[in-house]
Amino acid sequence: MTNYSYTLFIPLIPLAMFLLIGLTGHKFKPIVSGYAGTLGLTVAAFLSYITAIRYFFIEGAVDGTYPMIKAVSTVWLRFTDTLHIDLGVLIDPISVMMLVVITTVSLMVHLYSLGYMKGERGFARFYAFLSLFSFSMLGLVLATNIFQMYIFWELVGVSSFLLIGFYYEKPSAVAASKKAFIVTRFADLGFLIGILMLSFTTDTFDFKTLTSLDGPIITSTAGASFMGLSVITWSLIFIFIGGAGKSAMFPLHIWLPDAMEGPTPVSALIHAATMVVAGVYLVARLFPAYAIAAPDALHVVGYVGGFTSLFAAVIAITQIDIKRVLAFSTMSQIGYMMMSLGVSGYGDHEGLGYMASMFHLFTHAMFKALLFLGAGAIIHAVHSNNMTDMGGLRKYMPITHITFLIACLTIAGIPPLSGFWSKDEILAAALHHNPILFGIGFGVAGLTAFYMFRLYYNIFWGTDRHYHHTPHEAPAIMTFPLLFLAVASVFSGFLPFSHMVTSDGKPFEAHTDMLVAIPSVVIALIGITFATIMYKKPSTIPDRLAGSIKGLYKASLNKFWFDEIYLFVTKRVIFAYISRPIAWFDRHVVDATMNLVGWTVTTASNKIKGLQSGQLQQYAMVFVSSVVILVLLFVYLISK
Amino acid sequence: MMTEGIPLEYFLIVSTLMFFIGIFGFLTRKNLITMLMSIELILNSVNINFVAFNSYLYPHQMQGQFYSLIIIAVAAAEAAVAIAIIINIYRNFRSIETDKVDEMKY
Amino acid sequence: MNNQVMFFLLSAIILIFSVLTVTTRRVLRAAVYLLFVLVATAGIYFQLQYNFLAAVQLTVYAGGIVVLIIFSILLTSHISERAPRASAAKAALSALATVAGAILVLLTVLQFNFTPARLEKVEPTVTNVGRALVSYKEYGYALPFEAISILLLAAMIGAIVVAKKESNQEKQK
Repeated sequence: MTNYSYTLFIPLIPLAMFLLIGLTGHKFKPIVSGYAGTLGLTVAAFLSYITAIRYFFIEGAVDGTYPMIKAVSTVWLRFTDTLHIDLGVLIDPISVMMLVVITTVSLMVHLYSLGYMKGERGFARFYAFLSLFSFSMLGLVLATNIFQMYIFWELVGVSSFLLIGFYYEKPSAVAASKKAFIVTRFADLGFLIGILMLSFTTDTFDFKTLTSLDGPIITSTAGASFMGLSVITWSLIFIFIGGAGKSAMFPLHIWLPDAMEGPTPVSALIHAATMVVAGVYLVARLFPAYAIAAPDALHVVGYVGGFTSLFAAVIAITQIDIKRVLAFSTMSQIGYMMMSLGVSGYGDHEGLGYMASMFHLFTHAMFKALLFLGAGAIIHAVHSNNMTDMGGLRKYMPITHITFLIACLTIAGIPPLSGFWSKDEILAAALHHNPILFGIGFGVAGLTAFYMFRLYYNIFWGTDRHYHHTPHEAPAIMTFPLLFLAVASVFSGFLPFSHMVTSDGKPFEAHTDMLVAIPSVVIALIGITFATIMYKKPSTIPDRLAGSIKGLYKASLNKFWFDEIYLFVTKRVIFAYISRPIAWFDRHVVDATMNLVGWTVTTASNKIKGLQSGQLQQYAMVFVSSVVILVLLFVYLISK
Repeated sequence: MMTEGIPLEYFLIVSTLMFFIGIFGFLTRKNLITMLMSIELILNSVNINFVAFNSYLYPHQMQGQFYSLIIIAVAAAEAAVAIAIIINIYRNFRSIETDKVDEMKY
Repeated sequence: MNNQVMFFLLSAIILIFSVLTVTTRRVLRAAVYLLFVLVATAGIYFQLQYNFLAAVQLTVYAGGIVVLIIFSILLTSHISERAPRASAAKAALSALATVAGAILVLLTVLQFNFTPARLEKVEPTVTNVGRALVSYKEYGYALPFEAISILLLAAMIGAIVVAKKESNQEKQK
């Protein structure tokens, strides 16, 4: 077996860069920090590529199965002989795939930010946080056990919080970062409960044990049950709540659109390509447990994913802020991945959904990062986030235009671009297992094509607006990542994913199902056509259409009032009827008790402090009379 | 013998009375110097005690006498230091009355 | 008989002047009364034939300490100043405590049956005292002698440091 222990350095190098930049960054020119962070990430990316090549192509499958290897492992906290928290590095198909995704996108974002963030205050801080994020995310995917994953899960949340609130002088950014942190933290509570329940039942944290077919989780399905579901099922549902929070699944999605307050490269890295798919990765990581021990939990995953993808796609149609369109699109696509996992079975061709989900995760990371970075370039040029301030940009920004178009075609699922292949697999898997989810997915495919091209036409076609200065193409340091990701978006679909990443580690042959492929392409084309008619040239159709379905339009524009509902629930219900009584209790009972103790002590001290008068003779008096009394007591009264 | 007809108890009574007179002075006098004098009285009464015990009970050695000698030396040292302190207090407070020197309170 | 007269005379001087020392309102007079007490104490030492001790008592106590005290009185208070009378309550309380203490001690002392040792007496001559003072053998006092020397040195340095006037530089701080 090959030695993979060097993979430990993949997360450690960004950590070192974080410490280096964070501690010494202010001593150098800001750009030095940028180069340092980029250099560190380059090394990490290089190591990841080597690992991927060795794992998939040089070593290959052993006995027809890709092994799960613990490259590094040390016991950190030992509770019992079987239950201990380790820290280590786990190498298996999905973690290697995630290594490639994270380091690639992160490297592109590092490069891109050299141009995008140029001259910003806190440039070094930005790179420090980016390195911290890269470290946390890499640690998350390489975790050998669920508790280690939880630790990095929280670290990822912290770095996300820090980066969303990067412009901490802007109140909206501060509010958004708080919102993201609180919502995901709330979901993480579910994750923690799930971990505790799971480890209590199975007596292990270790992924390898948890997912092995003869491990405790799969053999001990018969256990205590609650409301008709076994403990394992409940714990997996709780774990999924954690994943749903990070991946912005309905109804914990409200933080993601606001998270767009962060710098655009951050949105591309964290809120499109890597962190938000952590939930998908989590479910995939525990997939055998879901698929075999708790199919009910897997159904929950599937339906939540499917609903979210539809819900987010509907909202994305009406949004004006281009980053928010992309945010809702991200939600929709992650919903797709979740849905795909939900319709998957275990093993061989049954595991098509699993493979498709991972495949889509991979391709989505590329094209969504591309879209965000493109949007960043546009915002950089126009100084606005709103598509109403844009139009006719194709003349000014040719490279951005071409790459953005490629990305739009990819996400719409036009062959032979990568999005087509992965989406096709998802739909094929859904068709085999769950026609309802297939219907949703099919509809979402059309909607996706429509809103992406609405975005595209509004930005690059239509009429010129009054710009502060003529928009110009971004510098080469920013266009290079665009081109690179565009190439990746085009060609990553040809990777033989079904030979590499499968539910049980055994390669299988996936076929393109014409029955699915043709209709999905057709509906994508229909969506594009509609968008072309409505938005390519200025027309009144959109307004009239909005007028005819006014209710739905308004609901979509206001994101179905979910923020308002949450605010109502928290402010009017929780704050008023739960928090306020608790606060009252805290102030008038808990604090009062403490105050009483304090008051008693001070009062008593004030009363008796007169004894400490500073009058020497008083002390002497007390001393002499005490001695007399003691002598009297001990010599005459007690001894006789 | 020059102590013939004088029992040990007489010395002890004198020294006890002297001791408590000293204590009374220490408790009532406000002037630091007079308090110091009271302390000298107390030390002196103890000296008489030691010497009397030495002379009457343990004449075969000179422990009591040496105790007294050492107490005299200590008293001298103590008087020197105490007076230095008193003068310093006088410089800072313009007074050596104990009830005016009461900084060391709550 | 002469012995007893002498002893009672000295005791009377000691007690009367002790009382006067602690009750007079003139500080300088208190010092002089103290001097009388100390001299009378020296007389008692003479009576007990501790000549060396009596000499030390006269030179160190009467000659040294009292002079020191008188000097400090002259430095700190005016010659005509009268010490304020202690408040009645304080005086009464102190008197109560001291009288109670005195009675307690006297009772104890008088009840106790002292038994003199019947061993050969060492004459407290200056020669014997001097030998014992620097001897390190049995009944030798070399160690206390050294200790008291160091104590005196330390007290001397301490007194100088404490009483020294602050230099101008320190004051400016």
